[in-house]
Amino acid sequence: MDDKIPAWLDVIVLPLMSLMIAFFVTGLIVLSIGANPFSVAQAMIEGAILRPSGLGYTLYYTTTYILTGLAVAVAFHAAMFNIGGEGQAMVAGVGVAIAALALDSTHWMITLPVAMILSMVFGAFWALLPAYLQAKRGSHIVITTIMMNFIASAVVGYIVIYVLRDNVAGANETRRFLEGAHIPRASDMLSWIGIDGYSKSVPMNITFFVALIAAVAVYYLIWRTRLGYEIRAFGLSSSAAQYAGTSPVKIIIIAMLISGALAGLMANNSVMGEQVKLGLNPVNGAGFIGIAVALMGRNHPVGIVLAAFLFGVLVQGGAELSFSYPAVSRDIVDVIKGLVILFVGALDNMLRIPMEHWWINRQKAKMA
Amino acid sequence: MDKQAEGENGMIDFLYFFINPALLKSTLVLSTPILFACLAGLFSERAGIVDIGLEGKLLLAAFGSAAFAAYTGNAWLGMFMGVFVSILFSMLHGFSAITLHGNQLISGVAVNFLAVGLTGFLGKAWFHQGGNTPALSGNSRFTAIDLPFAESIGKIPFIGAFYEDVLSGNAIWVYVALLCVPLTAFIVYKTRFGLRLLAVGEEPSAVDTAGISVPKLRYKALLISGILVGLGGVYLSNGMLAGFGPKMSAERGYMALAALIFAKWRPWQSLWSCMLFGYFAAFAIRYGSYDFPVIGRVPSQFMDALPYILTIIVLGGFIGKAIAPKAVGEPYSKEH
Amino acid sequence: MSVSIDLQQPGTPAVDIPESSRMIELRDISKSFGPVKANSGIDLIVERGKIHGIVGENGAGKSTLMSILYGFYSADRGSIEINGKKKNIKNPQDAIAAGIGMVHQHFMLVAPFSVLDNIILGEEKNFILKKTRENARAKINALAEEYEMQVDLDAITGELSVGLQQRVEILKALYREADLLILDEPTGVLTPSEADHLFRILDMLREQGKTIIIITHKLREIMAITDTVSIMRRGKMSPSIWTKDTNPKDLATLMVGRDVVLKVEKKKAKPEGEVLRVENLNVTNALGVQKLKNLSFTIRAGEVLGVAGVAGNGQTELLEILAGMMPAGSGQVLYFDEPLDISKRAKPDQRRKRGIGHIPEDRHRRGLVKPFKTWENTAFGYHNFPRYSKKYGFADQKFMREDATDKMERFDIRPRNINLPAANFSGGNQQKIVCAREIDQAPKLILIGQPTRGVDIGAIEFIHKEIIRMRDEGAAVLLISVELDEILSLSDRVIVLLDGAIVGEREADKTNVNDLGLLMAGIEEKEASNG
Repeated sequence: MDDKIPAWLDVIVLPLMSLMIAFFVTGLIVLSIGANPFSVAQAMIEGAILRPSGLGYTLYYTTTYILTGLAVAVAFHAAMFNIGGEGQAMVAGVGVAIAALALDSTHWMITLPVAMILSMVFGAFWALLPAYLQAKRGSHIVITTIMMNFIASAVVGYIVIYVLRDNVAGANETRRFLEGAHIPRASDMLSWIGIDGYSKSVPMNITFFVALIAAVAVYYLIWRTRLGYEIRAFGLSSSAAQYAGTSPVKIIIIAMLISGALAGLMANNSVMGEQVKLGLNPVNGAGFIGIAVALMGRNHPVGIVLAAFLFGVLVQGGAELSFSYPAVSRDIVDVIKGLVILFVGALDNMLRIPMEHWWINRQKAKMA
Repeated sequence: MDKQAEGENGMIDFLYFFINPALLKSTLVLSTPILFACLAGLFSERAGIVDIGLEGKLLLAAFGSAAFAAYTGNAWLGMFMGVFVSILFSMLHGFSAITLHGNQLISGVAVNFLAVGLTGFLGKAWFHQGGNTPALSGNSRFTAIDLPFAESIGKIPFIGAFYEDVLSGNAIWVYVALLCVPLTAFIVYKTRFGLRLLAVGEEPSAVDTAGISVPKLRYKALLISGILVGLGGVYLSNGMLAGFGPKMSAERGYMALAALIFAKWRPWQSLWSCMLFGYFAAFAIRYGSYDFPVIGRVPSQFMDALPYILTIIVLGGFIGKAIAPKAVGEPYSKEH
Repeated sequence: MSVSIDLQQPGTPAVDIPESSRMIELRDISKSFGPVKANSGIDLIVERGKIHGIVGENGAGKSTLMSILYGFYSADRGSIEINGKKKNIKNPQDAIAAGIGMVHQHFMLVAPFSVLDNIILGEEKNFILKKTRENARAKINALAEEYEMQVDLDAITGELSVGLQQRVEILKALYREADLLILDEPTGVLTPSEADHLFRILDMLREQGKTIIIITHKLREIMAITDTVSIMRRGKMSPSIWTKDTNPKDLATLMVGRDVVLKVEKKKAKPEGEVLRVENLNVTNALGVQKLKNLSFTIRAGEVLGVAGVAGNGQTELLEILAGMMPAGSGQVLYFDEPLDISKRAKPDQRRKRGIGHIPEDRHRRGLVKPFKTWENTAFGYHNFPRYSKKYGFADQKFMREDATDKMERFDIRPRNINLPAANFSGGNQQKIVCAREIDQAPKLILIGQPTRGVDIGAIEFIHKEIIRMRDEGAAVLLISVELDEILSLSDRVIVLLDGAIVGEREADKTNVNDLGLLMAGIEEKEASNG
């Protein structure tokens, strides 16, 4: 499969072509209800990038998708398909809430690091059982992580309703965190550098930089450390890894723990950064979007950051649509997500195989 | 004497608490869509194709059937549309998995996203009711059917009551689903197609060397799978409820996959595991706020998670090992 | 490079079969997989009612040829005639219709199915199975009676012994009324008594007028059962000869012979202290077949011990146990008088730390991570050694690159690009990457498997010189190869493996191809001199 076409075709041209097809099909669907796809696209871009507060929302979503995308990618380098980012992030939300509720009378500089650690530990913990079952008993990780997602949803629901619920307000959520768990939002950070007046309600926050740092860290982990080298070797050829003396159990478990921890980090953004309390669903499908982001970004941090931004634009742009085009609901975003996953992932060979033929013929023609 | 009678009454009350007609009927209703999806999964996984897109197809078929029934005013036309939509997406999955040797999981994830997006987007655009389709009634609705002699048989204690109060009075799809179980068992174990189906999911090379086309066989299995899960969707929006609502599949497609594993990929066991999971759901709805002696309230979350916990236990091999069809999830190619 | 291969033994008459009695006639069959020519210009005629044997090494193209005949692959060129009629066999269905049955090396059986269901699969006739099952039961029982192949039709196939499973495969073909039966390596997984029984069955089938093609690399079987034989090597087929006109020795040399004899310049070895001592090593595989039988040998510093033998006689197991990749059943291995762990807990990286290098038999699956760049592959397995490591778990990539550049230079690996993935190199250069990595660690013991399989002449010469250089620098070398010339030109001592046991040991300068060929074929010296 590999190395039939050069990297630039594989990493840049193929995903872009698939993306174009996905957009084209989306356009047809938009057209089918009588709206103009081009003006819809324009409205989305305007609402997601050109308007400053819109950009803030976009970066908020980007933060989440970078982290869940990295989570999928790290597992994928070890040839594990972690479809459980959703559940891992959900459970991590409880970790964040515990830290915030316990420490929110102090300062965010104390609360945030503790919340980050707890979120990573909780997220990793939720990935441990599927990893163990895969490594030791061969239970397929895809199925077990799906099951763990639903169990997570039940567990988090129980904890929120029966343990952490704020009985005064009466909704199924914790109390709103105090000042000490308010992490700096875009408006705060901009005012540090002397720019005032940015909307305080825009949820983009300091965890955006955490996500970027995580992307850099994943890059170093996968491509610079010996562990990353072993993870990649195992993922590419488990028989060669056996020859080298790498333990498959060790690699599967470590890669899944890192993956779970990354997915878990995402909860800081949504729980502390946006909602400032823990509700029943702090993740809202972001774990699954991580799959699309990792696919699109070809499992490389740079690609993942770009793809996460793209999905951020789509989600935020979709939300904006309801104002300018009431007929075009934001559900179109789910359609685009589905089409992107379909064309970039599932139907990848539809373009890849013709492209390989084209490339080989071109090489032959050159030689002749 | 009195005390003994009291004890007996207590025992009967206790049993009645866990098996009463209302609870059982609700079990039957709730397990029907899961059963359709589970049997659909059985055909596809037994042929070697993993399908986590069952969830999406349930939703798409529910939407297709409710929307078309509302549009035409005919429940049966709606049913055909629902099943057609489901088949369409089954074939898309087949194209990715069988023809293009693509990743079956990714294709399933894509179908699930598309289902939520398309049903929401088109539903809102077409009906302007926040994603709901208009309520179905009259000819556009599949109504409850009273089974023959329900009233007279109903006078027989226990069995009669079960017949009248639980079995009778459901939409036609409940009976179709129940009939699909022996039918599936018959097809899988007693027919040529079934023999080849089981073989292709275990050892596609054996099928190939016996002179049978592996792709054709797998497409056929996906066709059947599409019809079955489509019917599950039809029942959801037209039968169990009277109209489509956003995300109304509510994880039932995933629960069907869990039930399939729990049933170890067998038809009759699928029935029992779907009934069990349906019972958990019915129990959670009925006794969500009931204070039990000693243990107090059983949180609905516990009942929600129970099917998945049981499945993981089975998957981990802690209670009898669930061994999937050997070739499941692997694209078949004979070239080396 | 292209070397013409003369596969015909001088003085042995080719078989001439009159057209009327030709069961099958292949003409000019060719098939390539990418750049690899698996079959080139193959002609083969088999007489009706006879058993024809095709011998050849792994990878010679035998299985590909039979898969073409069975419609599993389509040939790029050539024609197939059956009973004098030209047939276009596009898929197994066509082959079955033409009366061809095949018993594959890896059985094509559905493990959870009953024997009966496995036999009728694809030949069910009716939609509902009940009738088919009943009729089939009677027919199969009659067949089993006729050919003495009793088997419980209701048993679960996966629970049967390998011998019985093979019987099911043969019954499958007979149930389809095959006139031509192809058996691919039929005895590879059988115990000797099962193999004997198989031969009796084949004899009976021949008496009933069935034609049989048997593919094997076991010469004893060829001599015992076939009427005619032909040899395949590197995708080419020799003319058929009568089995009675040839002998195992000639077949062995034809089968494993190299195109050109390469002589390596080397001085007499000066062996010193003992490095490796293997005592009573045994191992049994998952199927219950004993793959190593009481193996004992030693290797001293500064000598090359060659392990000769036809592939599949325990070489892989020996290599993998010594490398720590697979547990042994019983026995002991001493390395500088200290025991090596040969249990499940053995670790290949621990072996490396103790100075044991390993050039694996299969560079594609084992020796290289093919999508990895050269500089990543040249440290593979040694990546946790201090020289490739930095603090905090980082790899010293700067050094890894320098080291790779240096290795590429010294081992003349081309194209000289450390960033090229291993998959993009030719076979010879891939092997040089593995050799450069393993040899450069200056191991005290190096385990080498098939060092020049699929490698061009230039690289062969280079790799051979490097192996001798290692020996002269005092390393102990275990060399496993199916190429007799390679064994003879590099080894100081030679042991011969047959069915997992050592059947002979020779000083390299006191033996020759004929002598080793006899041992490999399992012919006792006395027998040979008598015959």
